[in-house]
Amino acid sequence: MLYEMAQGLLLVKLNKAIGKAAMKSTKDIAELLDEPACEHNKKEKSGCAKPKPGAAAGGCAFDGAQIALLPIADVAHIVHGPIACAGSSWDNRGTRSSGADLYRIGMTTDLTEQDIIMGRSEKRLFHAIKQAIETYSPPAVFIYNTCVPALVGDDIGAVCKSAEERWGVPVVPIDSAGFYGTKNLGNRIAGDAMVKYVIGTRDPDPLPLNTAPSGIKVHDVNLVGEYNIAGEFWHVLPLLDELGLRVLCTLSGDARFREVQSMHKAEVNMMVCSKAMVNVARKLQQQYGTPWFEGSFYGITDTSQALRDFAKALDDADLTARTEALIQREETRIRKELEPWKVRLKGKRVLLFTGGVKSWSVISALQDLGMVVVATGTKKSTEEDKARIRELMGEDTVMIDDGSPRALLKIVHDYKADILIAGGRNMYTALKAKVPFLDINQEREFGYEGYQGMLELVRQLALTIESPVWKAVRAPAPWKKQECSGEQKSLQREEAA
Amino acid sequence: MADILKRNKALSVNPLKASQPVGGSLATLGFNRAMPMLHGSQGCTAFAKVFFVRHFREPIPLQSTAMDQGSSVMGADENVREGIRTIAEKSRPALITILTTGLAETQGCDVQRNVREFREANPEFADVAVVAVNTPDFSGSVETGYAATLTEIIRALVPDAKDAGTCPGKRKRQVNVLVSYMLTPGDLEALRDIFEQFQLRPVFVPDISDSLDGCLTDEDFSPVTTGGTSLSEMATLGDALATVVIGPSLIKAAELLEQKTGVPSYFLDHLYGLKANDALISVLAEISGQDVPERLERQRSQLQDAMLDTHFMLGQLRIAIGADADLLAAFVDLVQEMGAEVVAAVTSCNVPLLARIPVANIKIGDLEDLEHIGKVNKAQLVIGNSHAVDTAERLGTPILRAGFPLYDIIGGYQLTWIGYRGTRQTLFDLANLVINYSHEEIPVYRSVYAQKPASEITDYPLSCH
Repeated sequence: MLYEMAQGLLLVKLNKAIGKAAMKSTKDIAELLDEPACEHNKKEKSGCAKPKPGAAAGGCAFDGAQIALLPIADVAHIVHGPIACAGSSWDNRGTRSSGADLYRIGMTTDLTEQDIIMGRSEKRLFHAIKQAIETYSPPAVFIYNTCVPALVGDDIGAVCKSAEERWGVPVVPIDSAGFYGTKNLGNRIAGDAMVKYVIGTRDPDPLPLNTAPSGIKVHDVNLVGEYNIAGEFWHVLPLLDELGLRVLCTLSGDARFREVQSMHKAEVNMMVCSKAMVNVARKLQQQYGTPWFEGSFYGITDTSQALRDFAKALDDADLTARTEALIQREETRIRKELEPWKVRLKGKRVLLFTGGVKSWSVISALQDLGMVVVATGTKKSTEEDKARIRELMGEDTVMIDDGSPRALLKIVHDYKADILIAGGRNMYTALKAKVPFLDINQEREFGYEGYQGMLELVRQLALTIESPVWKAVRAPAPWKKQECSGEQKSLQREEAA
Repeated sequence: MADILKRNKALSVNPLKASQPVGGSLATLGFNRAMPMLHGSQGCTAFAKVFFVRHFREPIPLQSTAMDQGSSVMGADENVREGIRTIAEKSRPALITILTTGLAETQGCDVQRNVREFREANPEFADVAVVAVNTPDFSGSVETGYAATLTEIIRALVPDAKDAGTCPGKRKRQVNVLVSYMLTPGDLEALRDIFEQFQLRPVFVPDISDSLDGCLTDEDFSPVTTGGTSLSEMATLGDALATVVIGPSLIKAAELLEQKTGVPSYFLDHLYGLKANDALISVLAEISGQDVPERLERQRSQLQDAMLDTHFMLGQLRIAIGADADLLAAFVDLVQEMGAEVVAAVTSCNVPLLARIPVANIKIGDLEDLEHIGKVNKAQLVIGNSHAVDTAERLGTPILRAGFPLYDIIGGYQLTWIGYRGTRQTLFDLANLVINYSHEEIPVYRSVYAQKPASEITDYPLSCH
C-alpha cells in the first residue's frame, strides 16, 4: 500500500523533475562520456558496454565521484541518500591527510521512507548542510547526489545554491546518482563539478619568502588524479619542492578546498591516474590555456620521466639541468638499494590485473625489477593505455578484459604466474586458490610511489612470494593418501627442480 | 522500560547503521550454494561486497541487477529476470535471493511478480529456488533486512506440514535453531558443540559457520557459497523435535516456521552472560530429556569464578554501547549482570525490543550521538564496531570491538562470545581493557621528615600539602 502511494507521488515528482531538469539528462551523461581528449572517442562504439544484470562487477557513478573527491580533507562531504550509499562506504580509503581530517567523518542525510514519500528530502538536505556548517565550520560542503533523490527529482543544485546564499559557505552539488553509469563516469562528474564550481574562485597565495634556494625560478603546477594512498605522494613531493615546483593542488590527495580553488593558475598540469579525470585537464586547457601531460610515479623509469616532462613542459633550461642532476642522484641511490632485492625477484612471473593507468605504470615498475609481466588487465584502460602497454610488453601481450575470478585463476595457472597483483577485491580470490597476492588499489596500506616507494614495493613482493606459508597450505595433510591431483604433481615437480 | 529518543537531527554523522540489503545478503550467505542479488544500481552491490570482504576476509558471492539510467526511469523488470537467468545459467546455484534497494523500491518495482514471470518463462530452471524480499535501505537496518530475508526464505523453502507430511518429533535428535545476525561463525561452532553434548543435532538456519568461517578448500574458486544450511535440510525442519530461536528480531520468522510445521518454539533473547546461558541449558535439558553434562557444569563454575575475578574491574564501570537492537540487548544484560552501568545506548533503528531493554533511555542515532552522550555521561569504555574506534579515541576510552563491520582486526568474525566459555572470555577481554584505567592512582606523598636515602630526596621534589 505504502509503495503504491509512493509510486503515485513519484509520478508527480518525476514530472516535476523533468520540468526542472533536476536529474542529469541522457544528454548530460552523453556529454560527459564524450571525451575529446580520450582515444576511446575515435572508436566507432565509444564508452563502455552496458553492464549485464547478474554478471556485473564494479562500482557506480557515486562510488567514483566519492573516491575522486573524498581526499579533499577539510571539506564536509555529505552523501544525500538512504543509508546504503554512505553506510557501507564511509571511512573506507587509504588516502592520507597531513592535517585536516574532516573527510574521515561520515555524513549522510540517511533518508527515510517518510522523507521520500512525503517529499521531504530536499528539506532534510538543507538542514543537513546547516548542521554540518554549524558543527564543523568547514571551508566548503560537497553534496553527493545518489539514486533515490535523483529519481524523485530533488533539485540539489537549487538546494546548494540557497544554502550557500544563506550561510555564506560554498556548497557544491555533485550530481552523481549511481544509475548514471560506472565509477569512471563518476570520476568525471566529480572533476566536472570542480571545474564548474570551485577552480578559479581564488588566486594562489603569493610565494612565501625565502623558501626556495636563491636563483631558482619557482613554477606552479597541479597534479590531477593523485590520491596520496597510504601517504605515498610524500615520497615524491620533497623532490618537486627541491626542483622548485610548487604544487598548487593535487586533485585530490591531501588537498584542501582553498588549494582546489587556485588550480587555474598552474603553468602545467600532470594527469596522474589514467584518464579518469582527463576532463579536468582538458577543460583547464580550454579555459585557462594550461598545458597538460600524462604520467605516473610508479617505478623508477616513470618517475624520472614524469620529472623530465615537467621540465620539458615548463621549458626552463635551468630546471632541466637540475632535474637531470636530481634524477641521476636518485636513480643511482635507489638502484643500489634495490640491488639485493632484484636478485630475489628477478624472473618472477606476474599477472597484473588492475584498471586504467596502473596497468602500464606498474608494468614499468615491475620491469625495472627484472620481473616478467605475463599478462595485464585492461578492463578500465583507454586505447592510449593499451598502446603504451603494447609499447612496454610487445605486440602479442596478453590483455585481459574478463576480470571474473575464474578467468583470472585460469590465466594464473596457464601462464604459471608467481603472483597476482590486483585490487583488494581480488585478494581473497587469489588466497583461496593459494596464489601469492599484492594489493595495488586504493584500499592498500602501503605506498609505492616515487623512487623510495620502490623499496616498499619490493619488500611487499618478496614478503608474499617468498613466504613459507604457500608450501604449508598447498601440501596435503600427512595422513592423506599420496593420490595427487595434476596440479599438485606439477607443484611437486617444481619444488624438486 | 527504556525511553526511546528518536532521531532529531537532519544529518547523520558517522553512521552506525548498515543497510537492509546488507542484512539480507548476510542471511542468504548462510545457505549452501546460494547467491544474493541486490536489485539496484551496481554500486549497491559493490559497497555491500566490500563491506563483507573487509569483515570476513573471504570472497563474497553477491550480484547486481545493474540498473542504469534507462531502467531506473522506464522500469527494470527485465533486469531482474535477466539477472536471475544469468546467474542460474552461469553457476546453477541452489538459491538466489532478490533483495530490493531504495532505488528499486522508489521506482516501484514488484520483484515477486518478476520472479513469477521468470518461473513461467524459464521452466528449465525449476530446480533453482528464487526468493524475492523487500529490503529497501530507506528503512530498517542490517537486523531487519536479515530477519525479513530469513522469513521469506522460510516461507518459500519450508513446506507446510499438511502438504509434505512432516511431523514434529519424527527426527528425534534434530533441533532447528534460528540464529540472529549477532551470532558469529565462532559462536555457531561453540553452540553446535553445546547441542551435541545433549545428543541433539542442531540445524542452524542460516548457518554462516559453514560458509563464512574462513575454511580453505581444495576447490580454487566457487561463484556461489560453499557450505551453509542446505535446501534439503530446510525441507526437514518440520520433522524436528523443537525450534530454538535466538534473537528477538527473529520472532516473525519463528512464528511463521511454527505455523507451517507445528514444531514448538523456544525463544531466547541471546546467549551472553550467566543467566542467558542458564536459560539455554535448561531448554536443551528439557528438549533432550537428558541431565546437564558434567563438562557444562564445570564450564558454568569456571564462568562464575571469572565473574568474581572480573567484578572488581567491571563493577560500576560506565559503558557506552552502539549496536543494532539484538546485540545491544545482549551486551546490556551481560554488563549489568557484572554490575557495570550502561551510560550511553545508541542503536540504528526503532524496533519493538528496544522498549524492554533495561536502561534509562536508548537513542536512535549514529556514532556522533554515542560520542556526545558518552562524553556527557563520562563513559569509561565503548562497545561498538570498527567505526567506533575513532569515537573511543576521541572519548579517551578503550573499546571492545563487536558487531558489524570489524575491519581493523583479524579474525573478528571468528570471536566466540556465547556460552559459558565465550562469556568467560568476553569478561576477561573487557576486564583487560580497563584493568589499568578503572581506578585512579593516589598521588605520591613525600614527607619532609622522611628518612629516605639522600639520592631520592634530591631526585624528587617535596610534596607540598
